[in-house]
Amino acid sequence: MEMLVVNNLYKSFGGVKAVSNINMKIEEGQIVGLIGPNGAGKTTFFNLLTGIYSPSSGDIVYKLNQEISSINFRPSRMVKYGVARTFQNIRLFKEMTVLENVLIGYHNNFKYNLFTSLFRLPGYYKHEDEAYDEVVELLKTFNLYDKKDVLAKNLPYGEQRKVEIARALASKPKLLLLDEPAAGMNPQETRELTELIQWIREEFDLTVILIEHDMSLVMDLCDDIIVFNYGTLLARGTPEEIQNNPEVIKAYLGGE
Amino acid sequence: MKILTKKNIYTLVLVLLIYFLVLLLSNVGIIDSYIQLNMVIVGINIILAVSLNLITGFTGQFSLGHAAFMAIGAYASGIMTAKLGQPFIVGVAVAALSASLAGLLIGIPTLRLRGDYLAIATLGFGEIIKIIGLNNDYVGGAIGLNDIPRYTNWTWLYFSVIATIFIISNFVKSYHGRACISIREDEIAAEAMGVNTTYYKILAFVIGAFFAGIAGALYANYFYFIKPDTFGFMKSIDILVIVVFGGMGSITGSIVGAVILSVISSFLQGFPELRMVIYAVILFLIMVYRPQGVMGDKEFKLFNKEGGLSGNVSSK
Repeated sequence: MEMLVVNNLYKSFGGVKAVSNINMKIEEGQIVGLIGPNGAGKTTFFNLLTGIYSPSSGDIVYKLNQEISSINFRPSRMVKYGVARTFQNIRLFKEMTVLENVLIGYHNNFKYNLFTSLFRLPGYYKHEDEAYDEVVELLKTFNLYDKKDVLAKNLPYGEQRKVEIARALASKPKLLLLDEPAAGMNPQETRELTELIQWIREEFDLTVILIEHDMSLVMDLCDDIIVFNYGTLLARGTPEEIQNNPEVIKAYLGGE
Repeated sequence: MKILTKKNIYTLVLVLLIYFLVLLLSNVGIIDSYIQLNMVIVGINIILAVSLNLITGFTGQFSLGHAAFMAIGAYASGIMTAKLGQPFIVGVAVAALSASLAGLLIGIPTLRLRGDYLAIATLGFGEIIKIIGLNNDYVGGAIGLNDIPRYTNWTWLYFSVIATIFIISNFVKSYHGRACISIREDEIAAEAMGVNTTYYKILAFVIGAFFAGIAGALYANYFYFIKPDTFGFMKSIDILVIVVFGGMGSITGSIVGAVILSVISSFLQGFPELRMVIYAVILFLIMVYRPQGVMGDKEFKLFNKEGGLSGNVSSK
């Protein structure tokens, strides 16, 4: 089943075509890698997928809980549609604890209303306890339970990345978009992350799209790799096909 | 039931104990009218500071127009009680609702602005409210609104303060309040996590304005007389100073700040020529040696979870 369809997608900023003429379909349950040289339009494409930018022309359609087209995208609604993301430069809530950060990810799953929260009616305790239990479970699977009361800014870099992924998962997404999850990690941490992403795909029944420059992670993890260059889709295929594709090698290494 | 924890019962008992103690002391005459006056000022400042802290400290929206919400509340209650002869409860209700309506109206257009731009816009809003007051003959123009009956007493004051603290701290500790804090921390990330940032920013303004309106009503119905100049730019700054002094994002900080600064400024009335100098020096020293404010973003807890006396400073 395809869950994401992109048709003739264009996005330009003034005279710069950041993304042009992208067509693709992504199948449910896959891990898709998005690679390409710096400035190829990968993050712009992510921002289009999450409603931060709206397309100059063309459209994006999700077939998740319901069918949603990019006209209706707003950043704050994407979580409701089942799309969650992380950021290239970590964007945690620095002065909040790890637990509170992940609870923000859970935001749209809370059920009690404003009145209940202002007067702290019984529903408050019930739902806050439920949320706490679920979030604590999630933190345990990420080995972050011991650090739940640590301020996010005081965590080491690798763990901040993990908190960001946990926060995205707390929103119970169908599609997880990871923008350079291994950036700044050492080889050991990258290996752990590879296993973690594989594991969450199985455990949470997810589709994952990730932007990454670390080729060992991309080649180990992805079922399908998409290569961007100068805002266009250069190639797509399995890791072996991409490794042997002359166009891709030319884009990365330069050539005649 | 979780509501009837030891901690909550102890807090309730303490709240009632303080209420009756002060009531007793006033009746016996130990608390004279001078102390009473200062208690009213402290109480009003607590309400104003805690409500502004929700907007500026927790949600991170820099507002320089908080006195305008107080002005709307003061005039609304003044009109209701002095001109229309309504009881105080109607005055307070109309004050709170009209102030929060103003919060909503100012919120929708200006909350697309951030940081200093928002500060300038709210500053302008404050001036507009003041100028409307100055030019409206129905409310007395620059002369002000006179003969407002004195309804504000210890009961009204105390329970308004308690209600403000109760409701705002409940709000802050719920998922709605966490959403507000996440906006302060990183608006783009908050939005990506499904927080409707516009809604929560406006909500913070509406709730903050609601309580500022109540503070205005208490003010008007204590001092018999209000005029637009009272609620000018300097009043907004005074409230902001309390919030920053006590600690942005700490409700106990705002309470402590309101008490300390109101008491200092009342003591300094004995030295009128040096008053503002000493006040400024105190603020200067606090900002140099403790820039996060007296409490930082920590809360002071009297009771621990089990209900024993803890006296600890805890994080949120």
